[in-house]
Amino acid sequence: MTVQPIAITGKKTTRLMDLVKTLLPEGGNLDLCLTCGACSSGCPATGLEGMDPRKFLRLAALGLDEELTTTPWVWMCSMCQRCIYVCPMKINIPQLVYYARQQWPRESRPKGILGSCDMALKHDTCSAMGASEDDFEFVVGDVLEEYRESQPEFADMEASLNRERAFFYLNQNSREPVTEPDEMVPLWKILHRVGADWTYGTKGWAAENYCMFLADDPAWEHIIRTKVKAVEDLGCRIWLNTE
Amino acid sequence: MRKSFGDPVAEDLRFVVRSVVGEDNFIDMQPNRSNNYCCGGGGGYLQSGYTEARHQYGQLKLNQIQATGAGYCIAPCHNCHAQIHDLSDHFDGGYHTVHLWTLICLSMGILGPKEREYLGDDLKDVDVFHPETDE
Repeated sequence: MTVQPIAITGKKTTRLMDLVKTLLPEGGNLDLCLTCGACSSGCPATGLEGMDPRKFLRLAALGLDEELTTTPWVWMCSMCQRCIYVCPMKINIPQLVYYARQQWPRESRPKGILGSCDMALKHDTCSAMGASEDDFEFVVGDVLEEYRESQPEFADMEASLNRERAFFYLNQNSREPVTEPDEMVPLWKILHRVGADWTYGTKGWAAENYCMFLADDPAWEHIIRTKVKAVEDLGCRIWLNTE
Repeated sequence: MRKSFGDPVAEDLRFVVRSVVGEDNFIDMQPNRSNNYCCGGGGGYLQSGYTEARHQYGQLKLNQIQATGAGYCIAPCHNCHAQIHDLSDHFDGGYHTVHLWTLICLSMGILGPKEREYLGDDLKDVDVFHPETDE
């Protein structure tokens, strides 16, 4: 007696997983899951929203796209990639999370991330905290002058802006110039003591990139291109990203 | 660093940390290197509004740090620094969170009074560079 295969009825739709597979090298190995659970057992996000990496991949494999693209769990996974590291098949679950984030209407994505991305798009500085070119130039100059005077051993310390052909272009998280400028100084001192040839730029200086976390590809690309252009326009050899 | 350049680069940073704080004062958390766990500050988590989930996520890291018994956790990345600092605040973790640049300058004797925001009382007054500039 032959066992008849079970035919699943209902409407057949395209799986998000199929789309993601076309975008990843080797298809992200998304079809190769052994369901061993190594990913989930070492994932700090396991259990949040009743989800874990293995379950998330199962939803994708079963074509349960509605659940896949609406669970807020995608914002509770930091995309740290430890699951890929421990996976015997090296399945790229974080990238699946990324594309699931992308299925959310832009305005429905977390307001904080959205706001930080939109703010960064407003200036060529790419600052998620909205600091302008003038703001940055003023703060750096002001703090440098103060420390040169009060700590004479550093009277000839530099924190140059837009110095062409400096070896390093150093970027700077907005947090320091905007909220705690004194915290910029220790790094300047270290660079000064080792004789590093470095510069900041007024354009593209902000190190953070929330458009990436927002999963907004065009905005992410715009931010990166703006930063790269700033480095190239100055003819710097190395772009030091402190993030 | 490790994520972008791999474990060998992280070993270079361990050399820096050991040189700065002294061999006896360096304690690696367990597990470490690529087996370590993410703290939960990245991926936009800090701005996502899912604060409760972020704290729950971070408990693994909190436990790792507390298990070392160390008074300071060094976090060179801004996202990690903010998250690990917040975990200690929220859960009364009992450790301080510092940038690596703070400890490098402290060890070189060039850390001024206004560059000590993240040092605890035990180190606030140690070897202060130009103490007269404290306001």
